[in-house]
Amino acid sequence: MARSPSVGPSPAPGLVTPVPWWRHRRVVPWVVQGAVALTVLVVVAFLLGNLIRNLTAAGLLLTWNWLGQPAGFDISETLLPFNAELPYWRGLAAGLVNTLRVVITGLVGSTLVGTLLGMASFSGNALLRGLTRTYVEVVRNIPLLLQLVFWYFVVFLSLPNGTAALQLPGVVLAKSGLYLAGFGDGLHWIGPQLQNGVWQAPLRLSVEFGALLTGLIAYTAAFIAEVVRGGIAAVPKGQWEAASSLGLSWWQTLSKVVLPQALRVIVPGLNTQFISLAKNSSLAVAVGYTDLYSVAETTLNQTGRAVEVVLLLLGTYLALDLFISLLMNGLNRLVQIRER
Amino acid sequence: MTPLLRRLRQDLFATPADGLVTVLLLALIGAGGFAVLHWALGQAQWAVIRANSTLFAVGRYPLDQQWRLWLLTALLAAATGLSWGMLRSHPRPDRGGSLWPRNDWMAVGMVALLSLALPSLLGLALPLQQRWWAIAALLLLLRWLAGRFGPLLPAPLKRCLPLGLPLLYLLGMVLIGGGLALEPVSPSQWGGLMLTLLESSFAILLCFPLGVLLALGRRSDLPLLRWGSVVYIEFFRGAPLITLLFLGQNMLGFLLPGGVAPERVWRAAWVLTLFAAAYLAEAVRSGLAAVPRGQLEAARSLGLSTPQAFTTVVLPQALRVALPSMVGQFISLLQDTTLLSLIGLMELLGTARTVMANPAFLGRNAEVYFTLAVLFWCCCAALGLGSRALERRLNPSTLA
Repeated sequence: MARSPSVGPSPAPGLVTPVPWWRHRRVVPWVVQGAVALTVLVVVAFLLGNLIRNLTAAGLLLTWNWLGQPAGFDISETLLPFNAELPYWRGLAAGLVNTLRVVITGLVGSTLVGTLLGMASFSGNALLRGLTRTYVEVVRNIPLLLQLVFWYFVVFLSLPNGTAALQLPGVVLAKSGLYLAGFGDGLHWIGPQLQNGVWQAPLRLSVEFGALLTGLIAYTAAFIAEVVRGGIAAVPKGQWEAASSLGLSWWQTLSKVVLPQALRVIVPGLNTQFISLAKNSSLAVAVGYTDLYSVAETTLNQTGRAVEVVLLLLGTYLALDLFISLLMNGLNRLVQIRER
Repeated sequence: MTPLLRRLRQDLFATPADGLVTVLLLALIGAGGFAVLHWALGQAQWAVIRANSTLFAVGRYPLDQQWRLWLLTALLAAATGLSWGMLRSHPRPDRGGSLWPRNDWMAVGMVALLSLALPSLLGLALPLQQRWWAIAALLLLLRWLAGRFGPLLPAPLKRCLPLGLPLLYLLGMVLIGGGLALEPVSPSQWGGLMLTLLESSFAILLCFPLGVLLALGRRSDLPLLRWGSVVYIEFFRGAPLITLLFLGQNMLGFLLPGGVAPERVWRAAWVLTLFAAAYLAEAVRSGLAAVPRGQLEAARSLGLSTPQAFTTVVLPQALRVALPSMVGQFISLLQDTTLLSLIGLMELLGTARTVMANPAFLGRNAEVYFTLAVLFWCCCAALGLGSRALERRLNPSTLA
């Protein structure tokens, strides 16, 4: 049994068996840490040694020159202009911009839907409450990847094309994409038009993007709804009663009194959900949307540069996560209750 | 007005706006339910599931070796029945000591119904249907026997029974993969639900000790341990799982001496394990944070060594608090196994892809995805139910 020799008054002689020096409380931490450091060092040295030996044997030692070579593949949908003659790094940048596009729109969409769902779970209407609960339970217990392929292959790819497409003023949803009205040349307002059986519009979003975005929003919103529900539940019941006794309606109570106080509980939870949305966007490859991961996979298949591509991928996603965390921490400081 | 009607009115038609919302939602639910039923009973062609049920269950496992999987299923059913009965035969304060509580009758009904209805719905041949009946009967028989005669067993034997479970797991590995005089079956032939369950159970079992160690490391006073754990946890939590699987498939061959990189199935299983450990560590850490510091100090002052204090005093309390979030992590791990289809493994979703690539079943996406969704939903909901039951059981106020 360990006795701590360095604490308390020294007891009567004969009561304490002398502690061997290697179990002294000053020595033990050093021994433990030394052992851990040695193990980690040996493992890392072993892995790195193998890596360098194998890469040398395969002639693939770490170099970044290939980033400047022409990519030789096309990306169907980009915000940054890209074609097969441009170098690899431009392709990866285009992929990153595509990732950012879906992450940013996904963040906004899922926050809106999730907050509404979270608020609906406090509605006075039992049916609405039950429906929200069911939605959350169904969505959270089905894998996201399955939901994404469902949205893409079952919903979006079975949309009608041509004249049968779903048409609203300024918006057309067809199998070939989502067409939105916008300003054409010379600031004319142009709506979607059918030309030779093909829809044309100033703004076209692909069905791949649509399916990915819908799937991500539907999935993340269920988790955000739970975060919002937890936040609202953390606000004392007296706040509801006080607000309604002042004559505020349900909506006013929630949006003016309860939600602002719930934010300090909600924001840290949102941070986690936002980061998982950013990471989940890499599942785009399953629905054929060319995001960063998808471009990286093609790049690896063409160049064989496994180590560099993996390092780039990990570094980029880590940076994206850190950026979201920084933003949310700033927001968190804003919504904390400042007490005098 | 009867109380029920009054309650309905208050819940659904309290104000005119509420009434309108209720009517709209009812119309929506009615239309949605009708559309789904109309599709499922009228338009859907379920032949794609019926014709491929073996593929979905075990993948391309060799036909002449499938008796091993039947044996494994029977053993699992026996173990389930035995543990169920043994658990019930111990009177506990939270259950009133009843050997057959109402929930158990419902579970028995469910097992009987599933074993009778599912095989015939799947259109299995009569001998196969009978095998499922026999397996269900074995489960229920052992449940009854263990409940009835379990308490009569000598105490040392009862204490040894839980050891059978890890042994059964190892035996299952041998039955699936071969070895010990059984013909080896290459992991590339494993697939379907079997591979999904194998990968997720492997990762769940192994990530648990690793996650607990990491959580302890992160809360340690020793800077090297703390920073090491932080770097590990944040690295694995910062990267999307798909990039880690990608790393495992493409870089592991470079990291190990030539030619010893394990099979793709095992590489993926190890990546899943290391990934899940980082998330589990965070769940355990929140549990550790909930145990007051005085507990450790009290244990130390009673003369327990630090490892003893952690294993017998702090960790049991911390794990009880962390249980819901740990099971949450296990559920998402089970869901994450679908990502293995993206690196070319034939787990459930990968099998679904090959089935739908078959020209005979082209365009039958909705049926296949719907079936998989129901399957996953049931597995995840069952895990969640089990976790809540365990929480009730471990609740200190009901433990006398």
